[in-house]
Amino acid sequence: MLKIDKLKLQLGTNSYCYQLHANASHTTAILGKSGSGKSTLLNLIAGFLQPESGSISWNNQSLIGLSANQRPVTTLFQQHNLFMHLNVEQNIGLGISPDLKLTNNDYENIHRSLDEVGMAGYAKNRTANLSGGEQQRVALARCLLRKQPILLLDEPFSALDEHTRHEMIHLTRKVISDYKLCAILVTHNEDDADLLIATKHLLRDGILTQQAAGIANKNH
Amino acid sequence: MQLTMFQRWWLPGAVALILLALLVGLPLIALIVSTSDLNLQTTLNNTYYKRVIWFSFYQALISAVLSVGLAIPLAQALSREQKFLGRQMLINLFSLSLVIPTIVAIFGIVAVFGRTGWLNSAIGQLGFEPFSIYGLSGILIAHVFFNLPLATRVLLQSLDNIPHEQWRLSTQLRMPGLAQFKYVEWPAMRTQLIGVFMVIFTLCFTSFTIVMTLGGGPRATTVEVAIYQALRFDFDINTAVSLAIAQLVFCTALLLASALFKHDASIGFSYKPVEHLYRPTSTHRWRNRLLILLGTLFVVTPLLGMIMSAINPASIKVLTHTNTVQATINTVIIAIVTAFLSVGIGVSLLISSRHLRIRAQKHNLGQWIQHAGNIILVMPPVVLGTGLFLLLRNVADVFSIALVLTIIINSLMALPFVLRILDGPLMQAANHHDKLIQSLGISGWSRWRLLDWPLIRKPMGFALGIAATLAAGDFSAIALFGSERATTLPLLLFQRIGSYRLHEAATTAGILLVVCLILFTAMQSMTSRTIFWRSHAKD
Repeated sequence: MLKIDKLKLQLGTNSYCYQLHANASHTTAILGKSGSGKSTLLNLIAGFLQPESGSISWNNQSLIGLSANQRPVTTLFQQHNLFMHLNVEQNIGLGISPDLKLTNNDYENIHRSLDEVGMAGYAKNRTANLSGGEQQRVALARCLLRKQPILLLDEPFSALDEHTRHEMIHLTRKVISDYKLCAILVTHNEDDADLLIATKHLLRDGILTQQAAGIANKNH
Repeated sequence: MQLTMFQRWWLPGAVALILLALLVGLPLIALIVSTSDLNLQTTLNNTYYKRVIWFSFYQALISAVLSVGLAIPLAQALSREQKFLGRQMLINLFSLSLVIPTIVAIFGIVAVFGRTGWLNSAIGQLGFEPFSIYGLSGILIAHVFFNLPLATRVLLQSLDNIPHEQWRLSTQLRMPGLAQFKYVEWPAMRTQLIGVFMVIFTLCFTSFTIVMTLGGGPRATTVEVAIYQALRFDFDINTAVSLAIAQLVFCTALLLASALFKHDASIGFSYKPVEHLYRPTSTHRWRNRLLILLGTLFVVTPLLGMIMSAINPASIKVLTHTNTVQATINTVIIAIVTAFLSVGIGVSLLISSRHLRIRAQKHNLGQWIQHAGNIILVMPPVVLGTGLFLLLRNVADVFSIALVLTIIINSLMALPFVLRILDGPLMQAANHHDKLIQSLGISGWSRWRLLDWPLIRKPMGFALGIAATLAAGDFSAIALFGSERATTLPLLLFQRIGSYRLHEAATTAGILLVVCLILFTAMQSMTSRTIFWRSHAKD
C-alpha cells in the first residue's frame, strides 16, 4: 500500500498538505483545478520534489530520501514521454537499461511489451512518425517493462482525441488490473477517473479530501 | 564505464569557471594592480586621449544610426517583396558578414570605395574629385557594411513575426502603404530597434580592425586602437593601462545599458521565409526593388571586389611564399585549438547551468554561470591582451608565446557565440524531458551519449565552425602579440596592405577566405555523422 501521511510542502506562497492511502490493483484519481497542486503531489511521490515534513511509504518502506530512479515508481506524462531522436525500441529499452546496453532477452521483453500495448511491429519505427496515441502506448509499454508497482499518470490522456483517449484509458485500465499496479491519476477531467474506475479525491486549497465512494465508483 | 565528470553536475562548470578566472581574472587583477602606480586622471585629461574617447563614442553613434536607419526601409522592402529570384540567397548572404574576416571585407571595401576603387573610378569618369576612404568616412562605410545586414536580419525577423491576421485586417481596412507601416510594421520593428541599436553601438565602439586599417591618426582613433598604439608603438604601459581601465568602465556601462532593453538578437544563419498577404502597388514595388538593389550592391560589391582581385599576377608567388605557408599553418592551428577550447568551455558552463536552472530550480544562479562566458563583452580583446601582457611580461617573452595568447583571447571572443548557439538545444531537451530522465536514472556519460549528443551534434558543429572562422579571421589579438616569428594570415594581410603590396594583399585575402570556408565546412562535417548511440541498438 502507498501511504502518504501529513506530507507538507511550501512552494512560493502556496502551501500543500497531502494525506492519502492507495492500494495495489486500483486507481486513485486526484481531481482539482489547474494550480491546485495535483502535479506537485505526483512530483513528491516520484521524487522530483522533496517534502518539508511528513512521510511517503510503499509497503511500509519509506521513500523519503530516495532519488527518482530508486523509487518503485514509473510515470506516464502528459507529453514528452519519448525521445524523438531514438526509435521505439530504444525508447523502451531506456526503461530497462539507462545506458541502452541491451541483451537479447531485453529485446524479447521489449517486443512482448509492445505486443501488449498493441504496437507489435513498431520496434524500429521512428518515434517522430507516431501519432499522439501511439506515442502514449509506447510510453506505457516502457512503464510495463520497468516493472515498478506504482504507476503515476500525469494527465496522460488530455492531449489525445476522444476516440484515442477512450482506447488508451481502456488499455491502461487493463494494464493496471493485469499487473496489479497501484495507479495514481492526476486529471482535471472527472470522466477519465470514471472510465478508470478510480477512487476520486479532490484537491482544494492545497488540501486533499476523499470524495464519497458512491460518487467515485462507477462501473463502465 | 560511467564517467564521473558528467555525474557531478557542478564539475564541468567549476572547471570552466576556474579556467575563466585564470584567463580573465588574473589579467584583470594585473590591470587593476598596475593602476596604483599611475595617475589615471592625468592620462584621461590629456587632450589627445579626450579626443580619442570622444571619437570612439561619436563614430559608434553615427555608425549605429546609419546602420539601423538604413535597415528599416531595407527590411521593410524585403518583407514586402516576398517573391523575387535570389531573395533567400540574399538574406542568407546578409548573415555572411558575421563570419567573413573583418580584414578581408575591408580589402573588398577598399577595392570598391578606395582611391583607385570602382566607385572612385566611376566618379572620376564623371569629372568629380575622388573621395578618401581613410578616416571617419571609411570607418562608417565599413561599420555600415558589417552592421546593416545584421540590423536588417533582426528587423526582417520581427516583420516576419507579425501575425497573419494583422496583415489580413490591414488589407480589409484598405490601409495605404504609409498606414500599414505606421500601424502594422513599425510597432513590430520598434520592439527590436533599441536593442539592435545598442548591440551595433557596442560593436562599433569596440571595433578594432576597421579603425586600425581605415582610421588612425589624431582625428580617427578609438580607445581600442589607442591602447594598441600605446602598447606596441610607444611602449607606454601607463597610458595603455589607463585607457584599458577606461575602456573596461565604458564597456561595462554599455553592457548594462543593453541589458535594460529587451531584444532578441538570436538571429540564425539560415532564413525561413514567411509569406504574408501584403500586395504592393506598382509604385511601391519599384521603390522596394530599388532599395533591395542598392542594399545588395552595397553588400555584394566589396565581396566581389575582393574575390575578383584575389587572382592576379602575384598569386603564385604569394601562394608559395614561406611567410604565406607559415601564416596559413599558424592560422589553421589557432582556429582549430580555439574552436575546441571555446566549445569545451561553453558546453561545460551550459551543463552546470542547465542543472541549476532546470533541476535545482536556481534559475538566476544558472544564468549567472552562463553569463560568465560573456566576459569578453566587458573586457574587449585589446583590454584583455593588455592585462595578459602585464601579467606575463616579467615571467615570459610574451611575443614568443603569441600563438598561445591569441588562442586564449580568440576562445573568449568566440564564447558568447558558442553559448548562444548551444544554449537552445541543450536547454530545450532538458526542459521537455528532465523528469523522465530523472525517473529512468539516465545520467552522466549515458545522458551525454544517448540524449544530449544526438541533439547537440549539429549545433555543436556549427558552433565549432563559427569559433574556428572567427579565430582564423581575427586580427585584434595577433596585432598585439604577433611578430615576424608568429604571423597569421590576417596579420600578413594587414602588413601587405600597409606596405601597399596590393596584389599580394588581394591573394592573401583570398587565401584567408578559402581557409575560413574550409574550416567552417570541415568543423560542421566533423559532427554530422551519427555516432555513439546507434552502436548499442540492434538495427
